[in-house]
Amino acid sequence: MKTYTNTGSKDTRSGFGAGLTELGKTNENVVALCADLIGSLKMDDFKANHPERFFQVGIAEANMISLAAGMTIGGKIPFTGTFANFSTGRVYDQIRQSVAYSDKNVKICASHAGLTLGEDGATHQILEDIGLMKMLPGMTVINPCDYNQTKAATIAIAEHEGPVYLRFGRPKVANFTPEDQKFEIGKALHLVDGTDVTIVATGHLVWEALEAAKALNEKGISAEVINIHTIKPLDDEAIIKSVTKTGCIVTAEEHNFLGGLGESVARVLATNKPTPQEFVATNDTFGESGTPAQLMEKYGLNSHAIVKAAEAVIKRK
Amino acid sequence: MPNTQELKDLTTQVRRDILRMVHKVNSGHPGGSLGCAEFFVALYQDIMDRKEDFEMDGIGEDLFFLSNGHISPVYYSVLARSGFFPVDELNTFRLINSRLQGHPTTHDHLPGVRIASGSLGQGMSVALGAAQTKKLNNDSHLVYSLHGDGELQEGQNWEAIMYAAGNNVDNIISTIDLNGQQIDGSTDDVLPMGNIKAKFEAFGWTVVEINEGNNIEAILKGMAEAKSKTGQGKPVCVLLKTVMGNGVDFMMHTHAWHGKAPNDDQLAEGLRQNPETLGDY
Repeated sequence: MKTYTNTGSKDTRSGFGAGLTELGKTNENVVALCADLIGSLKMDDFKANHPERFFQVGIAEANMISLAAGMTIGGKIPFTGTFANFSTGRVYDQIRQSVAYSDKNVKICASHAGLTLGEDGATHQILEDIGLMKMLPGMTVINPCDYNQTKAATIAIAEHEGPVYLRFGRPKVANFTPEDQKFEIGKALHLVDGTDVTIVATGHLVWEALEAAKALNEKGISAEVINIHTIKPLDDEAIIKSVTKTGCIVTAEEHNFLGGLGESVARVLATNKPTPQEFVATNDTFGESGTPAQLMEKYGLNSHAIVKAAEAVIKRK
Repeated sequence: MPNTQELKDLTTQVRRDILRMVHKVNSGHPGGSLGCAEFFVALYQDIMDRKEDFEMDGIGEDLFFLSNGHISPVYYSVLARSGFFPVDELNTFRLINSRLQGHPTTHDHLPGVRIASGSLGQGMSVALGAAQTKKLNNDSHLVYSLHGDGELQEGQNWEAIMYAAGNNVDNIISTIDLNGQQIDGSTDDVLPMGNIKAKFEAFGWTVVEINEGNNIEAILKGMAEAKSKTGQGKPVCVLLKTVMGNGVDFMMHTHAWHGKAPNDDQLAEGLRQNPETLGDY
Protein backbone atom coordinates (compact mmCIF):
# COMPACT_ATOMS: atom_id res chain seq x y z
CA MET A 1 0.00 0.00 0.00
CA LYS A 2 1.02 3.59 -0.57
CA THR A 3 2.62 5.15 2.50
CA TYR A 4 3.26 8.74 3.50
CA THR A 5 6.18 10.26 5.36
CA ASN A 6 5.95 12.88 8.06
CA THR A 7 8.48 15.48 6.96
CA GLY A 8 8.42 17.08 10.41
CA SER A 9 5.44 17.81 12.60
CA LYS A 10 4.05 21.33 12.45
CA ASP A 11 0.88 23.07 13.56
CA THR A 12 -1.78 23.78 10.95
CA ARG A 13 -2.25 27.30 12.33
CA SER A 14 1.31 28.04 11.24
CA GLY A 15 0.32 26.85 7.78
CA PHE A 16 -2.42 29.46 7.88
CA GLY A 17 0.07 32.11 8.97
CA ALA A 18 2.46 31.15 6.16
CA GLY A 19 -0.36 31.25 3.61
CA LEU A 20 -1.43 34.66 4.83
CA THR A 21 2.16 35.91 4.57
CA GLU A 22 2.23 34.71 0.98
CA LEU A 23 -1.08 36.39 0.18
CA GLY A 24 0.23 39.62 1.63
CA LYS A 25 2.87 39.64 -1.07
CA THR A 26 0.71 38.49 -3.96
CA ASN A 27 -2.76 39.98 -3.41
CA GLU A 28 -3.01 43.60 -2.36
CA ASN A 29 -6.74 43.29 -1.71
CA VAL A 30 -6.22 40.82 1.12
CA VAL A 31 -6.72 42.42 4.53
CA ALA A 32 -6.56 40.69 7.90
CA LEU A 33 -8.46 41.23 11.13
CA CYS A 34 -7.74 39.70 14.51
CA ALA A 35 -9.48 39.77 17.88
CA ASP A 36 -6.50 39.90 20.25
CA LEU A 37 -4.94 36.57 19.22
CA ILE A 38 -2.25 37.55 16.72
CA GLY A 39 0.34 35.18 18.16
CA SER A 40 -2.04 32.26 18.48
CA LEU A 41 -3.22 32.69 14.89
CA LYS A 42 0.34 33.23 13.56
CA MET A 43 -0.66 36.51 11.95
CA ASP A 44 2.48 38.32 13.19
CA ASP A 45 4.23 38.31 9.81
CA PHE A 46 1.29 39.74 7.92
CA LYS A 47 0.90 42.44 10.54
CA ALA A 48 4.59 43.34 10.43
CA ASN A 49 4.76 43.39 6.64
CA HIS A 50 1.44 45.10 5.96
CA PRO A 51 0.44 47.19 8.98
CA GLU A 52 -1.92 49.28 6.84
CA ARG A 53 -3.86 46.16 5.86
CA PHE A 54 -3.96 44.65 9.34
CA PHE A 55 -6.77 45.47 11.77
CA GLN A 56 -6.52 44.64 15.45
CA VAL A 57 -10.10 44.83 16.67
CA GLY A 58 -9.57 43.86 20.28
CA ILE A 59 -11.74 41.35 22.12
CA ALA A 60 -14.82 42.14 20.05
CA GLU A 61 -15.54 39.29 17.67
CA ALA A 62 -19.02 40.46 16.65
CA ASN A 63 -17.59 43.78 15.55
CA MET A 64 -14.78 41.96 13.73
CA ILE A 65 -17.10 39.83 11.60
CA SER A 66 -19.37 42.72 10.63
CA LEU A 67 -16.36 44.99 9.96
CA ALA A 68 -15.04 42.31 7.62
CA ALA A 69 -18.40 42.18 5.82
CA GLY A 70 -18.26 45.95 5.33
CA MET A 71 -14.67 45.86 4.12
CA THR A 72 -15.66 43.72 1.15
CA ILE A 73 -17.66 46.69 -0.15
CA GLY A 74 -15.04 48.42 -2.26
CA GLY A 75 -13.18 45.22 -3.09
CA LYS A 76 -11.15 44.04 -0.10
CA ILE A 77 -10.86 40.35 0.80
CA PRO A 78 -10.91 40.16 4.61
CA PHE A 79 -9.46 37.24 6.54
CA THR A 80 -10.66 37.17 10.15
CA GLY A 81 -8.68 35.33 12.79
CA THR A 82 -9.65 33.99 16.19
CA PHE A 83 -10.30 30.63 17.86
CA ALA A 84 -12.88 28.39 16.17
CA ASN A 85 -15.30 28.78 19.08
CA PHE A 86 -15.20 32.58 18.91
CA SER A 87 -15.24 32.46 15.08
CA THR A 88 -18.57 30.64 14.91
CA GLY A 89 -20.84 30.17 17.91
CA ARG A 90 -20.09 33.54 19.41
CA VAL A 91 -20.81 35.39 16.17
CA TYR A 92 -23.33 33.16 14.44
CA ASP A 93 -25.85 35.91 13.78
CA GLN A 94 -23.22 38.30 12.44
CA ILE A 95 -21.98 35.60 10.05
CA ARG A 96 -25.51 34.63 9.12
CA GLN A 97 -26.85 38.10 8.27
CA SER A 98 -23.84 40.24 7.33
CA VAL A 99 -21.67 37.58 5.67
CA ALA A 100 -23.64 34.54 4.43
CA TYR A 101 -27.05 36.06 3.66
CA SER A 102 -25.36 39.18 2.28
CA ASP A 103 -23.01 36.94 0.25
CA LYS A 104 -19.90 38.81 1.30
CA ASN A 105 -16.42 37.67 0.35
CA VAL A 106 -15.19 37.11 3.92
CA LYS A 107 -12.77 34.35 4.92
CA ILE A 108 -13.45 33.22 8.48
CA CYS A 109 -10.20 31.61 9.63
CA ALA A 110 -10.57 29.58 12.79
CA SER A 111 -7.75 28.12 14.82
CA HIS A 112 -7.75 25.86 17.89
CA ALA A 113 -10.68 23.86 16.52
CA GLY A 114 -11.73 20.61 18.15
CA LEU A 115 -10.38 18.91 21.25
CA THR A 116 -6.70 19.38 20.42
CA LEU A 117 -6.72 22.88 21.85
CA GLY A 118 -6.08 20.80 24.94
CA GLU A 119 -5.64 22.11 28.44
CA ASP A 120 -7.87 25.20 28.20
CA GLY A 121 -10.86 22.88 28.25
CA ALA A 122 -14.35 22.93 26.80
CA THR A 123 -15.00 26.69 26.96
CA HIS A 124 -12.31 27.13 24.32
CA GLN A 125 -12.68 23.88 22.42
CA ILE A 126 -15.46 23.54 19.89
CA LEU A 127 -16.91 20.37 18.38
CA GLU A 128 -19.94 21.98 16.77
CA ASP A 129 -18.42 24.52 14.38
CA ILE A 130 -18.53 22.44 11.18
CA GLY A 131 -22.23 21.91 11.71
CA LEU A 132 -22.90 25.56 12.44
CA MET A 133 -21.04 26.70 9.34
CA LYS A 134 -22.18 24.05 6.87
CA MET A 135 -25.83 24.86 7.60
CA LEU A 136 -25.39 28.42 6.33
CA PRO A 137 -26.47 28.70 2.68
CA GLY A 138 -23.57 29.64 0.44
CA MET A 139 -20.86 28.96 3.03
CA THR A 140 -17.85 26.90 1.95
CA VAL A 141 -16.37 24.79 4.78
CA ILE A 142 -12.75 23.63 4.66
CA ASN A 143 -10.75 21.63 7.23
CA PRO A 144 -7.25 20.90 5.88
CA CYS A 145 -5.14 18.11 7.33
CA ASP A 146 -1.60 19.42 7.81
CA TYR A 147 0.68 22.44 7.60
CA ASN A 148 1.30 22.29 3.86
CA GLN A 149 -2.35 21.78 3.03
CA THR A 150 -3.49 24.56 5.34
CA LYS A 151 -1.05 26.94 3.69
CA ALA A 152 -2.29 25.92 0.23
CA ALA A 153 -5.92 26.22 1.32
CA THR A 154 -5.35 29.70 2.75
CA ILE A 155 -3.93 30.85 -0.56
CA ALA A 156 -6.69 29.14 -2.56
CA ILE A 157 -9.62 30.68 -0.68
CA ALA A 158 -8.47 34.19 -1.59
CA GLU A 159 -9.22 33.30 -5.21
CA HIS A 160 -12.66 31.92 -4.36
CA GLU A 161 -15.46 34.51 -4.51
CA GLY A 162 -17.79 34.05 -1.54
CA PRO A 163 -17.77 33.31 2.18
CA VAL A 164 -15.46 30.58 3.45
CA TYR A 165 -14.97 28.93 6.84
CA LEU A 166 -11.38 27.66 7.15
CA ARG A 167 -10.81 25.43 10.19
CA PHE A 168 -7.43 24.48 11.58
CA GLY A 169 -5.75 23.66 14.88
CA ARG A 170 -3.19 24.28 17.54
CA PRO A 171 -1.01 21.17 18.04
CA LYS A 172 1.93 20.04 15.96
CA VAL A 173 0.77 17.21 13.74
CA ALA A 174 2.37 15.18 10.98
CA ASN A 175 3.15 17.19 7.85
CA PHE A 176 2.94 14.81 4.93
CA THR A 177 1.20 16.42 1.95
CA PRO A 178 3.32 18.01 -0.81
CA GLU A 179 4.79 21.43 -0.15
CA ASP A 180 3.91 22.68 -3.62
CA GLN A 181 0.37 21.28 -3.81
CA LYS A 182 -2.38 23.13 -5.61
CA PHE A 183 -5.48 23.23 -3.42
CA GLU A 184 -8.74 22.61 -5.22
CA ILE A 185 -11.81 23.53 -3.16
CA GLY A 186 -14.37 20.72 -3.12
CA LYS A 187 -12.05 18.04 -4.52
CA ALA A 188 -11.47 14.99 -2.34
CA LEU A 189 -7.94 13.65 -2.34
CA HIS A 190 -7.46 9.96 -2.83
CA LEU A 191 -4.55 8.96 -0.59
CA VAL A 192 -4.55 5.16 -0.40
CA ASP A 193 -6.17 2.56 -2.66
CA GLY A 194 -8.09 -0.21 -0.93
CA THR A 195 -10.86 -2.71 -1.49
CA ASP A 196 -12.34 -3.72 1.89
CA VAL A 197 -13.33 -0.45 3.52
CA THR A 198 -13.35 3.27 2.73
CA ILE A 199 -12.05 5.69 5.35
CA VAL A 200 -12.89 9.33 4.72
CA ALA A 201 -11.26 11.72 7.14
CA THR A 202 -10.90 15.45 7.58
CA GLY A 203 -8.43 17.69 9.40
CA HIS A 204 -6.17 16.14 12.02
CA LEU A 205 -7.88 12.77 11.56
CA VAL A 206 -6.43 12.29 8.06
CA TRP A 207 -3.00 11.29 9.40
CA GLU A 208 -4.73 9.03 11.92
CA ALA A 209 -6.61 7.43 9.03
CA LEU A 210 -3.33 6.72 7.26
CA GLU A 211 -1.94 5.15 10.44
CA ALA A 212 -5.12 3.11 10.75
CA ALA A 213 -4.83 1.92 7.13
CA LYS A 214 -1.29 0.66 7.90
CA ALA A 215 -2.50 -1.22 10.96
CA LEU A 216 -5.42 -2.67 9.03
CA ASN A 217 -3.08 -3.70 6.23
CA GLU A 218 -1.02 -5.69 8.72
CA LYS A 219 -4.24 -7.48 9.66
CA GLY A 220 -4.89 -8.26 6.02
CA ILE A 221 -7.59 -5.61 5.57
CA SER A 222 -7.28 -3.32 2.56
CA ALA A 223 -8.46 0.19 3.45
CA GLU A 224 -8.99 3.03 1.02
CA VAL A 225 -8.20 6.44 2.51
CA ILE A 226 -9.70 9.68 1.23
CA ASN A 227 -8.85 13.14 2.52
CA ILE A 228 -12.01 15.24 2.57
CA HIS A 229 -10.57 18.71 3.17
CA THR A 230 -13.74 20.40 1.89
CA ILE A 231 -16.82 19.40 3.83
CA LYS A 232 -19.01 21.77 1.85
CA PRO A 233 -19.33 21.48 -1.06
CA LEU A 234 -18.72 17.77 -0.53
CA ASP A 235 -17.15 15.65 -3.26
CA ASP A 236 -20.12 13.27 -3.50
CA GLU A 237 -18.76 11.49 -6.53
CA ALA A 238 -15.47 10.48 -4.90
CA ILE A 239 -17.33 9.01 -1.93
CA ILE A 240 -19.90 7.12 -4.00
CA LYS A 241 -17.19 5.78 -6.31
CA SER A 242 -15.12 4.49 -3.40
CA VAL A 243 -17.95 2.74 -1.54
CA THR A 244 -19.08 1.18 -4.80
CA LYS A 245 -15.77 -0.66 -4.63
CA THR A 246 -15.45 -1.26 -0.87
CA GLY A 247 -19.07 -1.58 0.26
CA CYS A 248 -18.61 0.15 3.63
CA ILE A 249 -17.29 3.39 5.07
CA VAL A 250 -15.79 4.98 8.17
CA THR A 251 -15.92 8.74 8.58
CA ALA A 252 -13.38 10.37 10.90
CA GLU A 253 -13.36 13.91 12.23
CA GLU A 254 -12.48 15.97 15.29
CA HIS A 255 -16.09 17.08 15.73
CA ASN A 256 -19.42 15.98 17.13
CA PHE A 257 -21.01 13.22 15.04
CA LEU A 258 -24.09 15.46 14.99
CA GLY A 259 -23.59 18.03 12.26
CA GLY A 260 -20.17 16.96 11.10
CA LEU A 261 -18.56 15.36 8.06
CA GLY A 262 -20.08 11.97 8.92
CA GLU A 263 -23.61 13.28 8.66
CA SER A 264 -22.87 14.93 5.32
CA VAL A 265 -21.46 11.64 4.03
CA ALA A 266 -24.46 9.73 5.39
CA ARG A 267 -26.81 12.04 3.48
CA VAL A 268 -24.91 11.47 0.23
CA LEU A 269 -24.97 7.71 0.71
CA ALA A 270 -28.58 7.51 1.88
CA THR A 271 -29.75 9.31 -1.24
CA ASN A 272 -27.36 7.67 -3.71
CA LYS A 273 -26.06 4.37 -2.43
CA PRO A 274 -27.09 3.18 1.04
CA THR A 275 -23.91 1.85 2.67
CA PRO A 276 -22.97 0.68 6.18
CA GLN A 277 -21.17 3.53 7.95
CA GLU A 278 -19.37 3.95 11.27
CA PHE A 279 -18.64 7.35 12.77
CA VAL A 280 -15.34 8.28 14.40
CA ALA A 281 -16.39 11.52 16.05
CA THR A 282 -17.33 12.77 19.48
CA ASN A 283 -20.60 11.47 20.83
CA ASP A 284 -22.74 14.55 21.58
CA THR A 285 -20.44 15.78 24.30
CA PHE A 286 -18.31 18.74 25.33
CA GLY A 287 -14.57 18.28 25.72
CA GLU A 288 -12.43 18.85 28.80
CA SER A 289 -8.89 19.71 29.88
CA GLY A 290 -6.04 17.37 29.03
CA THR A 291 -3.20 16.96 26.57
CA PRO A 292 -4.28 16.67 22.94
CA ALA A 293 -3.16 13.02 22.80
CA GLN A 294 -5.01 12.14 26.01
CA LEU A 295 -8.17 13.80 24.74
CA MET A 296 -8.04 12.13 21.35
CA GLU A 297 -7.62 8.77 23.07
CA LYS A 298 -10.36 9.35 25.64
CA TYR A 299 -12.87 10.62 23.07
CA GLY A 300 -12.01 7.96 20.51
CA LEU A 301 -10.53 10.12 17.79
CA ASN A 302 -7.25 8.38 16.89
CA SER A 303 -5.99 5.61 14.64
CA HIS A 304 -7.01 2.89 17.15
CA ALA A 305 -10.57 4.13 17.07
CA ILE A 306 -10.54 4.17 13.27
CA VAL A 307 -9.24 0.58 13.15
CA LYS A 308 -12.01 -0.56 15.50
CA ALA A 309 -14.63 1.26 13.47
CA ALA A 310 -13.31 -0.25 10.22
CA GLU A 311 -13.46 -3.78 11.63
CA ALA A 312 -16.99 -3.15 12.91
CA VAL A 313 -18.29 -1.73 9.64
CA ILE A 314 -16.81 -4.53 7.55
CA LYS A 315 -18.86 -7.01 9.60
CA ARG A 316 -22.01 -5.07 8.69
CA LYS A 317 -21.51 -5.47 4.94
CA MET B 1 -29.89 69.78 -6.66
CA PRO B 2 -33.59 70.04 -5.73
CA ASN B 3 -34.78 73.09 -3.76
CA THR B 4 -36.32 72.80 -0.30
CA GLN B 5 -39.91 72.85 -1.61
CA GLU B 6 -39.11 70.00 -3.96
CA LEU B 7 -37.62 68.02 -1.08
CA LYS B 8 -40.73 68.65 0.98
CA ASP B 9 -42.96 67.54 -1.88
CA LEU B 10 -40.93 64.39 -2.28
CA THR B 11 -41.20 63.73 1.46
CA THR B 12 -44.98 63.96 1.28
CA GLN B 13 -45.00 61.49 -1.58
CA VAL B 14 -42.67 59.17 0.35
CA ARG B 15 -45.13 59.23 3.27
CA ARG B 16 -47.91 58.18 0.90
CA ASP B 17 -45.70 55.38 -0.43
CA ILE B 18 -44.98 54.15 3.09
CA LEU B 19 -48.64 54.10 4.09
CA ARG B 20 -49.76 52.39 0.90
CA MET B 21 -46.96 49.79 1.02
CA VAL B 22 -47.66 48.62 4.56
CA HIS B 23 -51.44 48.84 4.09
CA LYS B 24 -51.41 46.59 1.03
CA VAL B 25 -49.69 43.69 2.83
CA ASN B 26 -51.08 44.52 6.28
CA SER B 27 -47.58 44.36 7.73
CA GLY B 28 -44.39 46.34 7.98
CA HIS B 29 -43.11 49.24 10.06
CA PRO B 30 -44.71 52.62 9.29
CA GLY B 31 -43.86 54.50 12.52
CA GLY B 32 -40.06 54.66 12.26
CA SER B 33 -40.30 54.94 8.48
CA LEU B 34 -42.45 58.09 8.68
CA GLY B 35 -40.19 59.53 11.35
CA CYS B 36 -37.15 59.26 9.08
CA ALA B 37 -38.76 60.34 5.79
CA GLU B 38 -37.19 63.81 5.79
CA PHE B 39 -33.78 62.39 6.69
CA PHE B 40 -33.80 59.85 3.84
CA VAL B 41 -35.00 62.41 1.32
CA ALA B 42 -32.34 64.91 2.38
CA LEU B 43 -29.66 62.21 2.42
CA TYR B 44 -30.34 60.78 -1.03
CA GLN B 45 -31.38 64.02 -2.77
CA ASP B 46 -28.87 66.43 -1.32
CA ILE B 47 -26.36 65.30 1.28
CA MET B 48 -24.73 62.26 -0.30
CA ASP B 49 -22.38 62.46 -3.25
CA ARG B 50 -23.67 59.60 -5.40
CA LYS B 51 -22.63 58.21 -8.76
CA GLU B 52 -25.30 58.68 -11.38
CA ASP B 53 -24.96 55.23 -12.93
CA PHE B 54 -26.17 53.35 -9.81
CA GLU B 55 -23.12 51.07 -10.00
CA MET B 56 -22.86 48.99 -6.85
CA ASP B 57 -19.07 48.59 -6.64
CA GLY B 58 -18.97 50.96 -3.67
CA ILE B 59 -16.07 52.94 -5.08
CA GLY B 60 -15.91 56.69 -5.71
CA GLU B 61 -19.14 57.73 -4.00
CA ASP B 62 -20.65 58.18 -0.57
CA LEU B 63 -22.26 55.05 0.85
CA PHE B 64 -25.23 54.54 3.14
CA PHE B 65 -26.00 51.62 5.45
CA LEU B 66 -29.35 51.14 7.15
CA SER B 67 -28.79 49.26 10.39
CA ASN B 68 -32.38 49.32 11.67
CA GLY B 69 -33.61 47.42 8.65
CA HIS B 70 -37.23 47.29 9.74
CA ILE B 71 -37.79 50.81 8.42
CA SER B 72 -37.43 49.34 4.94
CA PRO B 73 -40.57 51.13 3.59
CA VAL B 74 -38.93 54.56 3.73
CA TYR B 75 -35.64 53.13 2.41
CA TYR B 76 -37.33 51.45 -0.57
CA SER B 77 -39.50 54.45 -1.36
CA VAL B 78 -36.55 56.87 -1.38
CA LEU B 79 -34.32 54.47 -3.32
CA ALA B 80 -37.02 54.01 -5.96
CA ARG B 81 -37.79 57.71 -6.18
CA SER B 82 -34.05 58.42 -6.47
CA GLY B 83 -33.85 56.15 -9.51
CA PHE B 84 -32.30 52.97 -8.13
CA PHE B 85 -35.20 50.82 -9.35
CA PRO B 86 -38.65 51.40 -10.88
CA VAL B 87 -41.15 53.11 -8.55
CA ASP B 88 -43.78 50.56 -9.61
CA GLU B 89 -41.78 47.87 -7.83
CA LEU B 90 -42.93 49.36 -4.52
CA ASN B 91 -46.13 47.46 -5.30
CA THR B 92 -44.30 44.22 -4.53
CA PHE B 93 -43.21 45.11 -0.99
CA ARG B 94 -43.24 41.99 1.23
CA LEU B 95 -44.88 39.87 -1.47
CA ILE B 96 -43.55 36.46 -2.47
CA ASN B 97 -40.82 36.57 -5.16
CA SER B 98 -40.21 40.28 -4.52
CA ARG B 99 -36.82 41.96 -4.26
CA LEU B 100 -38.40 44.19 -1.61
CA GLN B 101 -38.12 41.80 1.31
CA GLY B 102 -39.61 42.68 4.69
CA HIS B 103 -36.11 43.63 5.78
CA PRO B 104 -33.55 44.80 3.21
CA THR B 105 -31.29 42.22 1.64
CA THR B 106 -28.67 41.95 -1.08
CA HIS B 107 -29.87 38.45 -1.86
CA ASP B 108 -31.99 39.48 -4.81
CA HIS B 109 -29.64 42.25 -5.95
CA LEU B 110 -31.96 45.16 -5.30
CA PRO B 111 -29.95 48.21 -6.41
CA GLY B 112 -29.04 50.50 -3.53
CA VAL B 113 -28.92 47.85 -0.81
CA ARG B 114 -25.39 46.81 0.09
CA ILE B 115 -25.91 44.60 3.14
CA ALA B 116 -28.76 42.71 4.75
CA SER B 117 -30.10 44.26 7.94
CA GLY B 118 -32.89 43.41 10.30
CA SER B 119 -31.17 41.56 13.07
CA LEU B 120 -30.16 44.67 14.97
CA GLY B 121 -26.82 46.07 16.02
CA GLN B 122 -24.61 45.07 13.10
CA GLY B 123 -24.82 48.07 10.79
CA MET B 124 -22.32 50.34 12.49
CA SER B 125 -19.60 47.69 12.29
CA VAL B 126 -20.41 47.11 8.63
CA ALA B 127 -20.32 50.84 7.90
CA LEU B 128 -16.97 51.13 9.70
CA GLY B 129 -15.59 48.29 7.59
CA ALA B 130 -16.68 50.08 4.43
CA ALA B 131 -15.12 53.28 5.78
CA GLN B 132 -11.81 51.49 6.41
CA THR B 133 -11.85 50.15 2.86
CA LYS B 134 -12.44 53.68 1.54
CA LYS B 135 -9.28 54.78 3.33
CA LEU B 136 -7.30 51.84 1.91
CA ASN B 137 -8.59 52.74 -1.56
CA ASN B 138 -7.69 56.43 -1.07
CA ASP B 139 -11.35 57.16 -1.70
CA SER B 140 -12.19 60.42 0.08
CA HIS B 141 -15.95 59.83 0.04
CA LEU B 142 -17.92 59.35 3.24
CA VAL B 143 -19.89 56.51 4.75
CA TYR B 144 -23.27 57.23 6.35
CA SER B 145 -25.27 54.93 8.57
CA LEU B 146 -28.59 55.07 10.40
CA HIS B 147 -29.50 53.34 13.65
CA GLY B 148 -32.51 53.27 15.92
CA ASP B 149 -32.12 54.60 19.43
CA GLY B 150 -33.52 51.40 20.89
CA GLU B 151 -31.04 49.55 18.71
CA LEU B 152 -28.22 50.99 20.82
CA GLN B 153 -29.25 48.44 23.45
CA GLU B 154 -27.45 45.84 21.29
CA GLY B 155 -23.95 45.47 22.70
CA GLN B 156 -22.20 45.17 19.36
CA ASN B 157 -22.83 48.88 18.80
CA TRP B 158 -20.57 49.71 21.69
CA GLU B 159 -17.82 47.46 20.34
CA ALA B 160 -18.10 49.43 17.10
CA ILE B 161 -18.30 52.81 18.83
CA MET B 162 -15.13 51.98 20.79
CA TYR B 163 -13.36 50.69 17.69
CA ALA B 164 -14.19 53.72 15.57
CA ALA B 165 -12.73 56.23 17.99
CA GLY B 166 -9.76 54.03 18.87
CA ASN B 167 -8.86 53.76 15.20
CA ASN B 168 -9.65 57.33 14.19
CA VAL B 169 -12.25 56.33 11.63
CA ASP B 170 -13.15 59.91 10.71
CA ASN B 171 -14.86 59.28 7.37
CA ILE B 172 -18.10 58.04 8.88
CA ILE B 173 -21.27 59.86 9.96
CA SER B 174 -23.49 57.57 12.03
CA THR B 175 -26.94 58.96 12.68
CA ILE B 176 -29.07 57.82 15.59
CA ASP B 177 -32.82 58.17 15.12
CA LEU B 178 -33.78 59.49 18.52
CA ASN B 179 -37.52 58.94 18.50
CA GLY B 180 -37.60 57.63 22.05
CA GLN B 181 -39.76 54.64 21.13
CA GLN B 182 -39.28 50.92 20.65
CA ILE B 183 -41.63 47.94 20.28
CA ASP B 184 -42.57 47.53 23.93
CA GLY B 185 -42.89 51.22 24.77
CA SER B 186 -40.73 54.28 25.25
CA THR B 187 -37.00 53.64 25.38
CA ASP B 188 -36.99 55.05 28.89
CA ASP B 189 -39.55 52.47 29.96
CA VAL B 190 -37.91 49.51 28.24
CA LEU B 191 -34.28 50.19 29.11
CA PRO B 192 -33.23 53.71 30.03
CA MET B 193 -30.09 54.56 28.09
CA GLY B 194 -29.18 57.73 29.94
CA ASN B 195 -27.39 60.52 28.14
CA ILE B 196 -26.61 59.17 24.67
CA LYS B 197 -24.72 62.31 23.67
CA ALA B 198 -22.46 62.04 26.72
CA LYS B 199 -21.90 58.36 26.00
CA PHE B 200 -20.77 58.97 22.41
CA GLU B 201 -18.56 61.83 23.54
CA ALA B 202 -17.07 59.73 26.31
CA PHE B 203 -16.19 57.11 23.69
CA GLY B 204 -14.36 59.79 21.67
CA TRP B 205 -16.88 60.73 18.98
CA THR B 206 -17.82 64.18 17.75
CA VAL B 207 -21.57 64.64 18.27
CA VAL B 208 -23.83 66.90 16.23
CA GLU B 209 -27.42 67.34 17.40
CA ILE B 210 -30.33 67.95 15.07
CA ASN B 211 -33.20 68.89 17.32
CA GLU B 212 -35.75 69.22 14.52
CA GLY B 213 -35.20 65.91 12.79
CA ASN B 214 -38.41 66.26 10.78
CA ASN B 215 -37.46 69.64 9.35
CA ILE B 216 -35.64 69.45 6.01
CA GLU B 217 -33.77 72.74 6.51
CA ALA B 218 -32.60 71.70 9.96
CA ILE B 219 -31.44 68.33 8.63
CA LEU B 220 -29.51 69.91 5.76
CA LYS B 221 -27.84 72.37 8.13
CA GLY B 222 -27.01 69.74 10.74
CA MET B 223 -25.67 67.23 8.23
CA ALA B 224 -23.53 69.96 6.60
CA GLU B 225 -22.09 70.64 10.02
CA ALA B 226 -21.49 66.91 10.55
CA LYS B 227 -19.77 66.69 7.18
CA SER B 228 -17.51 69.60 8.11
CA LYS B 229 -16.36 67.66 11.17
CA THR B 230 -15.22 64.59 9.25
CA GLY B 231 -11.55 64.16 8.46
CA GLN B 232 -10.49 65.44 11.85
CA GLY B 233 -9.43 62.19 13.46
CA LYS B 234 -12.76 61.41 15.12
CA PRO B 235 -15.88 59.57 14.02
CA VAL B 236 -19.00 61.74 13.82
CA CYS B 237 -22.37 60.93 15.37
CA VAL B 238 -25.57 62.78 14.53
CA LEU B 239 -28.33 62.65 17.11
CA LEU B 240 -31.47 63.14 15.04
CA LYS B 241 -34.51 63.90 17.18
CA THR B 242 -37.54 62.71 15.25
CA VAL B 243 -41.18 62.01 15.93
CA MET B 244 -42.21 58.47 15.20
CA GLY B 245 -45.12 58.41 12.76
CA ASN B 246 -44.46 62.00 11.71
CA GLY B 247 -46.90 63.49 9.21
CA VAL B 248 -49.87 61.29 10.13
CA ASP B 249 -51.33 62.80 13.28
CA PHE B 250 -52.79 59.64 14.81
CA MET B 251 -49.51 57.78 14.37
CA MET B 252 -47.38 60.40 16.11
CA HIS B 253 -45.84 60.35 19.60
CA THR B 254 -46.54 56.67 20.24
CA HIS B 255 -44.87 53.31 19.78
CA ALA B 256 -48.22 51.82 18.72
CA TRP B 257 -47.40 52.09 15.01
CA HIS B 258 -43.92 50.62 15.24
CA GLY B 259 -44.93 47.48 13.41
CA LYS B 260 -48.61 47.86 12.61
CA ALA B 261 -50.28 48.68 9.30
CA PRO B 262 -53.24 51.08 8.95
CA ASN B 263 -56.68 49.71 8.03
CA ASP B 264 -58.63 51.09 5.06
CA ASP B 265 -60.07 54.06 6.95
CA GLN B 266 -56.79 54.89 8.61
CA LEU B 267 -55.03 54.73 5.25
CA ALA B 268 -57.58 57.10 3.74
CA GLU B 269 -57.09 59.54 6.62
CA GLY B 270 -53.29 59.28 6.39
CA LEU B 271 -53.37 59.93 2.65
CA ARG B 272 -55.79 62.83 3.14
CA GLN B 273 -53.22 64.44 5.44
CA ASN B 274 -50.53 63.95 2.76
CA PRO B 275 -51.88 64.95 -0.63
CA GLU B 276 -50.28 63.42 -3.71
CA THR B 277 -47.35 65.46 -5.05
CA LEU B 278 -45.18 63.54 -7.53
CA GLY B 279 -47.78 60.89 -8.29
CA ASP B 280 -48.50 57.56 -6.61
CA TYR B 281 -46.81 54.41 -7.90
